[in-house]
Amino acid sequence: MIKPRVIPVLLLKNGGLYKTMKFEKPKYVGDPLNAIKIFNEKEVDELIVLDIDASKNRKEPDYHLIEQFAGECFMPVCYGGGISNFEQAQRIFSLGIEKISLQSSVLNNLDLISEISAVYGNQAVVFSLDLKKNLFGNYKLFSSSNHKTVDISWKKVAVDAVNAGAGEILINAVDRDGTLQGLDIDILGEIKPLLSVPLIFCGGLNSLENIKLAVSNGADAVAGGAFFVFNGPHRAVLISYPKYNDLTTLFGG
Amino acid sequence: MIQIVNYGVGNFTAVANMLDRIGTKCEIIADPNHIVYDDFSKLIFPGVGSFDAAMSLIISNGWVNPLNKFIENPNNKLLGICLGMQLLFEKSEEGQLQGMNFIPGKVVKFNASDVSIRIPHMGWNNVEFKDKANLFKDIPVPTRFYFAHSYHIADIHKDDIQATCNYGYSFPCAVKKDNIYGVQFHPEKSHKFGLKLLENFSNL
Repeated sequence: MIKPRVIPVLLLKNGGLYKTMKFEKPKYVGDPLNAIKIFNEKEVDELIVLDIDASKNRKEPDYHLIEQFAGECFMPVCYGGGISNFEQAQRIFSLGIEKISLQSSVLNNLDLISEISAVYGNQAVVFSLDLKKNLFGNYKLFSSSNHKTVDISWKKVAVDAVNAGAGEILINAVDRDGTLQGLDIDILGEIKPLLSVPLIFCGGLNSLENIKLAVSNGADAVAGGAFFVFNGPHRAVLISYPKYNDLTTLFGG
Repeated sequence: MIQIVNYGVGNFTAVANMLDRIGTKCEIIADPNHIVYDDFSKLIFPGVGSFDAAMSLIISNGWVNPLNKFIENPNNKLLGICLGMQLLFEKSEEGQLQGMNFIPGKVVKFNASDVSIRIPHMGWNNVEFKDKANLFKDIPVPTRFYFAHSYHIADIHKDDIQATCNYGYSFPCAVKKDNIYGVQFHPEKSHKFGLKLLENFSNL
C-alpha cells in the first residue's frame, strides 16, 4: 500500500531560503538551490516550495529560479506563490513543476482552480489553507498575503475548493509554524471526514512520532519546515530528512 | 537519442531533465513532422490532465498518423507515461473519445468502495514486476515509484502486464505489447528508481 508522504516545505523570499515563526520573522537559512539539491540527494518523497513574498508584493513568480530548482528535483515538486492566472500556472508547469499551490488568488473566487485542473488534472492543483486561532480558540481562515483572518468558514472553503477541482488540500496551522511544538492534531478531526482528496498537514512538526500521530489521525501526508532545516535548541541550520527505512518502519511496512 | 512528444500537456521538461542526468541525448518535439522514423528510434509520450482534453490535442495537432507510422517499425520503441500510457489504450471511463488503440484494454476509475482509499492515488507505492520485465532490469526489490492518478488500466491481456501496484486492490502499472511500453507512475519523478527505468528504456 501507499506510504504516507513526508514533505519538507521551503520558503522563498527575494531568491533566498527563509524560515518563519508563526508566519512572521523570516530568518535567512541559505541558498534554496543548494538546499533543494541536498533534499534531492536525500530522496525526499516530495517538496513544497512557497514564495512568501510574491503574492504579498503582487509580484510574478520567479520563473528563472523555479526553472533552476525544477531541474534538480527528481521527485514531485509543488510550487506556490504569486500565481493569479492560468498563463502563469501554464508557464510554471512547462518548467518541469507538476503541482501548483493556490491560495491568495482563489480565496474569493475558485474559478482559477477549475480552469487549471480542467487542463492539467486535479492532481496538479493544491489548495493551500492557513488556519489561525482567534481569541476564543476557534480556527479561522488566515490569508497569508495580507496576514488577516477572513470571516468565511474554512471548512466550507476547503470543500468548495475540492469541488472546484483541487486534488489536494495543504493545511497549515499558523500558530504552530516554526515552533517545533508539534502538529495541531485537533484540526484533522474537524476536516478529515469532509474531504475525499489527500490532505497534507503542516505546522509545528517536531518528530517522527509526531508524523505517525498525524497519519493515524487521518493525514495523507505530513509537511514541515523547521523540522527539516534546523537542528538543536539554537536552531542551527542543518538540512536533514528521515531515512526511508526509518519511515517504512514508522508506518509499520 | 530519445524524442519526447510535447502535444500540449505533460511534464516533458522533467523527463528531459532526467534523461540529461543519465547522459542520454533527447529533444522535446512539439511538431509531429519532427518525429524521426529511422530504425531503433525512441519516443517518450508523457501526459497529464484529462483523457479527452489530451486526446483532442493529439488529434488536432496531427499526432495520430505519425505515431501509428512510428510504431509500425518493430525496432522503434514507444514509452507512454501516466496519462500518456492510458492514451495508448482503446478507451477510458474518463472521456468519450477513442484512445490510440495500440494495446487492447481500457482505462477505468479507481473503485472507491473502500472509504480509506483517497482519490487521486498520490504518492510513493511499491511496484511488483515480472522477472523478465526489461524496463525493470537491475532495479532493486522492493522498488517504489511516484504515482498521481485517478484512473488505471483494466481488461488487459495478462501477457501485456509488466508490473502491478496495490492501492486497495492490485492494478497493472507497467505494460508492454511488442514495441510499445507504458508506465502509470512517473519515472521522471521517482529518484534513482526512475533514473534506472529510463536508462533501461534508453538501452533497449
